[in-house]
Amino acid sequence: MLQGWVIVATSFAYLGLLFAIAYYADRRADAGRSVIASPYIYSLSLGVYATAWTFYGSVGRAAADGVGFLPIYIGPTLMIALWWVVMRKIIRISKRNRITSLADFIASRYGKSALLGGLVTVIAVVGILPYISLQLKAVSNSFTIVLQYPRIVMPDKVGELPLMQDTALAVALILAAFTIVFGTRHLDAAEHHEGMVAAIAFESLVKLLAFLAVGVFITFGIYDGFGDVFARAADVPKLAAMMTPLEGVAGGYASWMWLTILSMLAIMFLPRQFQVAVIENVDEKHLNKAIWLFPVYMIAINIFVLPIAFGGLLHFPGGHVDADTFVLTLPMVEHQELLALLVFIGGLSAATGMVIVETIALSTMVCNDLLMPILLRLPWLKLNQRKDLTGLLLGIRRGAIVLVLLLGYLYFRLAGEAYALVSIGLISFAAVAQFAPAALGGIFWKGGTRRGALLGLSAGFAVWIYTLLLPAIARSGWLPIGLLEQGPFGIELLKPQQLFGLTRLDHITHAMIWSMLANIGAYVLGSLSSTHSAEEHRQASLFVDVFKQGGEGGGARFWRGTASVPELYRLLARFVGSVSAESAINDYTRAKGLQYPKDPLQADAEFVHYVEMQLAGAIGAASARIMVASVVKEEALTVEEVREILDEASQVVVYSHRLEQKSRELEAATAELRVANERLTELDRLKDDFISTVTHELRTPLTSIRAFSEILLDDPDMELEQRRNFLGIITKETARLSRLINQVLDLAKLESGAAEWQESSIDMKELVADTVAGMSQLFREKDVRLEVDLPERVPAVTADFDRIVQVLLNLLSNAMKFCDREHGEVRVALTEHDAQLQVAVCDNGPGISADDHAAIFDKFRQGGDTLTDKPQGTGLGLHISRHIVERFGGKIWAESRPGEGACFYFTLPISAAPAPAKGGNT
Amino acid sequence: MEKFEVKAQRLVALCMLGVVLFNYPVLALFNVAGTVFGIPVLYAYIFSAWSLLTACMAYIVESKA
Repeated sequence: MLQGWVIVATSFAYLGLLFAIAYYADRRADAGRSVIASPYIYSLSLGVYATAWTFYGSVGRAAADGVGFLPIYIGPTLMIALWWVVMRKIIRISKRNRITSLADFIASRYGKSALLGGLVTVIAVVGILPYISLQLKAVSNSFTIVLQYPRIVMPDKVGELPLMQDTALAVALILAAFTIVFGTRHLDAAEHHEGMVAAIAFESLVKLLAFLAVGVFITFGIYDGFGDVFARAADVPKLAAMMTPLEGVAGGYASWMWLTILSMLAIMFLPRQFQVAVIENVDEKHLNKAIWLFPVYMIAINIFVLPIAFGGLLHFPGGHVDADTFVLTLPMVEHQELLALLVFIGGLSAATGMVIVETIALSTMVCNDLLMPILLRLPWLKLNQRKDLTGLLLGIRRGAIVLVLLLGYLYFRLAGEAYALVSIGLISFAAVAQFAPAALGGIFWKGGTRRGALLGLSAGFAVWIYTLLLPAIARSGWLPIGLLEQGPFGIELLKPQQLFGLTRLDHITHAMIWSMLANIGAYVLGSLSSTHSAEEHRQASLFVDVFKQGGEGGGARFWRGTASVPELYRLLARFVGSVSAESAINDYTRAKGLQYPKDPLQADAEFVHYVEMQLAGAIGAASARIMVASVVKEEALTVEEVREILDEASQVVVYSHRLEQKSRELEAATAELRVANERLTELDRLKDDFISTVTHELRTPLTSIRAFSEILLDDPDMELEQRRNFLGIITKETARLSRLINQVLDLAKLESGAAEWQESSIDMKELVADTVAGMSQLFREKDVRLEVDLPERVPAVTADFDRIVQVLLNLLSNAMKFCDREHGEVRVALTEHDAQLQVAVCDNGPGISADDHAAIFDKFRQGGDTLTDKPQGTGLGLHISRHIVERFGGKIWAESRPGEGACFYFTLPISAAPAPAKGGNT
Repeated sequence: MEKFEVKAQRLVALCMLGVVLFNYPVLALFNVAGTVFGIPVLYAYIFSAWSLLTACMAYIVESKA
């Protein structure tokens, strides 16, 4: 079933499916229900990192030196941990400044320099060409190999084919057409390609599944699991050496380390990674999940690389099959046609994903940062007078896509055959790593200047060309090989791959060391030896301090001049189309609460800045700057003025911080005062309550004393019996009165803290026994049964003896008062637990309702209904008891259910000192 | 904001740990002959350290504190 037409039809069906997904996602986005607003889609779209290099090349690399393919994936894992800080900052900056590409980002940071943007674009395009050629090579090779089924023939004669049969060229052209339809159907001011992102996420799934499928088939289908593959490989001496691959190889660890660093930088600065991670990011929060989901993806797609590599080496021992093709040739040799087709589609998805995003990113750069700034400055083109430039912009981008792919094809024809897939890709990695000093320095170091960035990039790029690109071309026979072997003009020290005599390193490590040295050195020296222009100074602080700025209007503070609204509107319409321009202006006015065009719109600094940002979203910061400057009259700000504005702004921030702090303190103080006030009001009310209750309590006995005295006074002839009775009442009420007054005085002392306490070590058993004995006569008179339950001996507590007796007496007399009238029964128990002594006094009276359990300890509160029942006490006893018990660190509470009697408990903490020996020889 | 800073520091520390785990000399300790469950020591080490590192990232990012 692997005939040519089946493969071609499947490939086109797959591309059609991709297009359908993209179309659907775009439609959904237009309807405001984005499908890509998910951290999972975002993480999957980052999987565009895994290209044909990963799909075919990793196995090739693994077959050559074991674990050598892994730094390419471990580096990004390490880097992505730093994304929490670094990538978040880049995303925030890019959203604030409406960055459209990596070139735009760097140009914007260094004063919206068109020159710098152009340089970055050139480096990116030239640097990425090998990478694109790698994809073309992989797709055309896999196509050629699959066509030969069931024979296994290597396609190493491609260069001799006539042009019409050259699959690589066909692939390049088809991909160019596809990308154009895909990515440049319309011009979007926000530069989001939702459809593209959805399709890329889908491709990430397809290639992962395809690779896992072939991995499972080889590991568990052909062989008997991981252990089996490795065990068989270990029997072959040549392969056994690959189990410890880092030994003996010249610069093994150094090469490993540099590959890690290289891929750490690549994951950030490859144009397509920047595109999906930064430009297409719809929500900063998606970063959080991606930080661990993306490494999981990389682990998953790498887990079967080694088994496949060893399986291939065992299957094809002669070396006549290129290891880069094992993924495909192993299923073929096992006659798994469907799996081979799946692998081919997986490889296609890996390659197309990379090509689509990379060429879209590069075409945006070429258009916005290379061509537009030049075209806009050419007066004879009269671009400034054209009404609608959107067509021109789209045309440039489409042309750029075709150009980039054709250049990629050219590189493939020129130099593609000399290297394996991974080596080709690494050349591109080394090129984009050159962006790191300028980009990373730019967001963390305000001192970096335009000149430093220009010098650093140029120096790094030059070294890259000399040490990597030239040798690649020379090895393919387009330059004399003597250049590599004897050095230019026979100068040994200048040999491109052993510059200044640095040997014993692989060529990537060698190139990285020299290019980074040149790049960073020139960047730092150039920055330190030049000063900022006003524009640079402003942009530097907007980038480095992005988290300290307010909203998007942060840049508006720096503009002074005059402008007119219609002119700015016309400018915007020319580049984004009148519909988009109209809606952009509407958004602006709505945000300001105006009704356009009814209300007059001010062409103030904020509006000019807004228009410039909208333009930047379409044509890049540098071009936008030129265009806005062409229609408004601006006053140039000096560096001092910019600095002043920045200082003002930072002072305002400091002031507002201080103000916030002060107001927080004030709020806290107010809250404290309110609490204190509430407490005072409460106390005042309590005092009033107290006085009125006391007066009431005093008046009751007084009234009865007075009434009975008056009767006695008025009636001298009263019978003796009656008289005795009345006098008895008077005596009782007087006693109650004095008891009440005593207790009130006592309470006043306790509450004011003026009470005198005499602490001593008390044996509670003795105290309870003595107190109960003193009361026993009273109990007998009232015919109440008294049960006492005391342990053998208890530890001592520290308290005031008389006060504790007072508490116990109070509880006992309460129990006596409230116990059952007929068969009164009171139980007293002393127990010890949890370093506490607990005294329980229980009666069998009517009990206390649950609501009253806490309230009875309040002043003048008595159990039961005080309106109907005759008061039986002063209502102060329990309150005083609580004071006393709590004074010694104990607790007092009641437990009861109505009808089942009541138990009162109080506890006292056991003192550290041992109890005095009872019955000692004192 | 404080939570954000704490996570940032933990992740930076994790990155440094990764740099140590995947470089000389730690890597050299595992570059020896022999197998773990049938898998060569170096391969087993790299993949398990890698997985562990990723698990730690997930834990730090997703944790509440």
